[in-house]
Amino acid sequence: MNKSSAGKRGPKVRSDCYIEITKKRSGGIRLNLKSKVQSMYGTQIENQIFEMCRFFALRHANIIVEDYGALPFTISARFELAVKRLAPSLECEFLPEFNKNNSYKTTKDRFRRSRLYLPGNEPKFYPNAGLHKPDGIILDLEDSVSPTEKDAAQILVRNALRSVNFYGAERMVRINQLPKGLDDLKYIVPHNVHVILIPKVESADEIKSVENKVEEIKKQNKIKNKIYFMPIIESALGVMKAFEIATASTNNCALAIGLEDYTADIGTQRTTEEKESFMARSTIVAAAKAAGIQPIDTVFSDVNDMEGLLKSTKEIKLLGFEGKGCIHPRQIKIVHEAFAPTEQEIEKAKKIVIAFKEAKAKGLGVVSIGSKMIDAPVVKRAEKIIELAVKNDLLKNNWINNY
Amino acid sequence: MPTTVNGKKEIPFKGVNKYKPKGTKTSPHISSCIDYPEDGNKVVKNLREALKKAGLKDGMTISTHHHLRNGDAVTNQLFDTIKSMGIKGIRWFPSASFPVHKHLIKYLEDGTIHHIEGSMNGPLGRYTSQGKMNGTGVLRSHGGRYQAIQDGEVKIDIAVIAAPTADPFGNATGDRGPSACGLLGFALADSEYAERVIVVTDNLVPFPCIPWQIQGNNVDHVVEVNSLGDSSKIVSGTTQVTKSPDRLLIAEYLAQFVEEAGIMKDGFSFQAGAGGTTLAFAIFLKEKMKKKGIKARFIRGGSTKYLVEMLEEGLTDYILDGQTFDLEGVRSMRENTNHVNTSPFTSYNFHGKGNFASMLDCVVLGATEVDLSFNANVVTHSDGYLLHGIGGWQNCLTSKCTILAIPSFRDRIPVIVDEVTTLVGPGELIDVIVTERGIAINPKRKDLLKIMKKSDLPIKPIEEIYNEVNELCGGKPAKPKINKNKVVAVIKWVDGTLIDSVVEVEE
Repeated sequence: MNKSSAGKRGPKVRSDCYIEITKKRSGGIRLNLKSKVQSMYGTQIENQIFEMCRFFALRHANIIVEDYGALPFTISARFELAVKRLAPSLECEFLPEFNKNNSYKTTKDRFRRSRLYLPGNEPKFYPNAGLHKPDGIILDLEDSVSPTEKDAAQILVRNALRSVNFYGAERMVRINQLPKGLDDLKYIVPHNVHVILIPKVESADEIKSVENKVEEIKKQNKIKNKIYFMPIIESALGVMKAFEIATASTNNCALAIGLEDYTADIGTQRTTEEKESFMARSTIVAAAKAAGIQPIDTVFSDVNDMEGLLKSTKEIKLLGFEGKGCIHPRQIKIVHEAFAPTEQEIEKAKKIVIAFKEAKAKGLGVVSIGSKMIDAPVVKRAEKIIELAVKNDLLKNNWINNY
Repeated sequence: MPTTVNGKKEIPFKGVNKYKPKGTKTSPHISSCIDYPEDGNKVVKNLREALKKAGLKDGMTISTHHHLRNGDAVTNQLFDTIKSMGIKGIRWFPSASFPVHKHLIKYLEDGTIHHIEGSMNGPLGRYTSQGKMNGTGVLRSHGGRYQAIQDGEVKIDIAVIAAPTADPFGNATGDRGPSACGLLGFALADSEYAERVIVVTDNLVPFPCIPWQIQGNNVDHVVEVNSLGDSSKIVSGTTQVTKSPDRLLIAEYLAQFVEEAGIMKDGFSFQAGAGGTTLAFAIFLKEKMKKKGIKARFIRGGSTKYLVEMLEEGLTDYILDGQTFDLEGVRSMRENTNHVNTSPFTSYNFHGKGNFASMLDCVVLGATEVDLSFNANVVTHSDGYLLHGIGGWQNCLTSKCTILAIPSFRDRIPVIVDEVTTLVGPGELIDVIVTERGIAINPKRKDLLKIMKKSDLPIKPIEEIYNEVNELCGGKPAKPKINKNKVVAVIKWVDGTLIDSVVEVEE
């Protein structure tokens, strides 16, 4: 085989490109470039292609590039894929420069109210996703990527982790169901992924195999920072094993439920009343809480029903969930609104925080309001509520000065 | 910058409010009623007959209006007729053109039309940019077109006014009939100042046509045709609010800015176009007004269903409408006396004794490019091609707070640039730009900077947005390859001076 292609073409394609490489025995590199931004970035694209030819030691080839305004990280992902489809055993990677804005870390207990799913092989959604301020952005290698483009998504997601500014959102990737998902790890672990979402988990062993592989790659690449896991339970068996899964690794930061597959697995479908998933949801909440991690709810799939989303999110908040999946940026704000503390919650939390501060100032070991003693976890929860209130603009950052 | 255009001397731009044309307004020749039928019936058998009676000759200036938008069949038929009469060298003077007018490219090629003075949209813009038009294109704002007619810069020989309803005397309206388009305001100047006026209608009613937006006393001939065009493209059934999350984010920022800057207060006024982002802005603003119990005194249209809802829910006393964008707008104007049909020249005319535009508390507009000095472009893209007209854009810049709502980049095309490809609006008139990556306030607006100091909105220097976008796109974009010596079109400022030119793009 001496011909390969990668990327997308056609009148509806935006922010992507199509690349075709035909290897030749002689004649050097012949590049045929057609770009929507020819006059502005034509020379840059040519230079980028020639640089990559040198990198991959491609000396004689006819190369067709049809560009629909793809950003540089996309062009290089598509080109690398075309090269690798010609030479699947090729190990070297053409890594775009690591964006200096992307080096921030995460913590195990940070807020994960909203997590925005982005299809792994659709670059046009990447650059602006963080502007909508989700708590986390998930680059998805699993269900949103067609089986024939899994290799394309791996490289594109890797480049996105390096190049695209996440604007402070937690950097998440959903890998494929195991064992395939294990192959995804080398594309993400070295590039400051914060949380790995592991789909369709049914046993603790799966988490352990991911953990082992992650440790192996971290060692190879001398990576020190923490990488957390969020197993997703999507079957009856998974629900029954929830606690075992939640406690399978100290790197677990959350336990999520995926209801589309779960309802199919138990032989029913999702309804608006959601009675069919009550037991599964509550089981996940209890398992996660027992394991000391966050219970996270499924996505809300009707992007036009904002009222439904608000109602559903308020309901699952009452069940004990701390986060909800989003498949459209407009859902983020609604989810945050649903998770916002109530006025009563804020007032109570303020009193506790003040009492704690006063006790500390007086050197007292015990915090109390009136005659009631306050435990440390209660103080911690109150602090969380205050933080959430500030995040939702319900409280000023400096409220304590005006209290 | 050329000093003569199409053989006429031109005055270069002197700066904002630095130039005032002098002398008296122009006027058509004196007509006498005894030259017209006493029974008031001015109907002639077809367009050809009307053009013949109007004395059509080579090299004349023919005007049309753009209220039929992309559904316009009349202008295309008009030039088919002119071609069949063997006439050459026409200066076409539309109030705007649309992609449907690409039909006319063949008449530019065969010399029937010499050049266009008006907007050059889509295919006509591309044709012009390739240097193929015989003469030089002249782009004017809506107000600039009226100014050019009034001070004699352009003399219209024959105005052809497509009218959705008319009577045999020539009274005409746009708010009813099978091809209803709302207003006919942009044809007002043509009806008053052209030597000859032909009304073309597909809905001829017995005298009197009530209401009349065009007065029959100014009309020479009336022609009845089967259809003015494709009604589905004349007025869209419903105008579409954007679904793009990034544009909705811009719209949210806009509404929040208008609220926090103190612009949204009882009795205020605003104008926002019918683009997807600005429609969403109106919806977000409406929510904020409702929440705070604030009512506007007037909204300046282009009206849409969303403005009509604000009027009907009591959130504004009036809509002062200049053109109607959807069927709800047309209906409301017909039924609601507080939805007022106004001439666009109440707001846009440099030779008016004042303008509504400068009284507006805020106006939200778009742009193809904005540069670091807040200069803005609406006519060309960064690849150098002429693609849009100016519309009322330049005229609106005089509002108390002019806000441009723009994406910071489109695909890989930066919208914030170091220098605009074509200068259409001077930066000193542009107060704020709102993008999905942040809001930049013109440093000249110290008052706004101060008010917004404590805002949670992402307010930042324009340079910061510029740098971020360049980084994202992989560096500064190269300038298009152009032939500096071949001017294909000129851009007029609202006072009639030349503010910039557009040159041929080399492919």
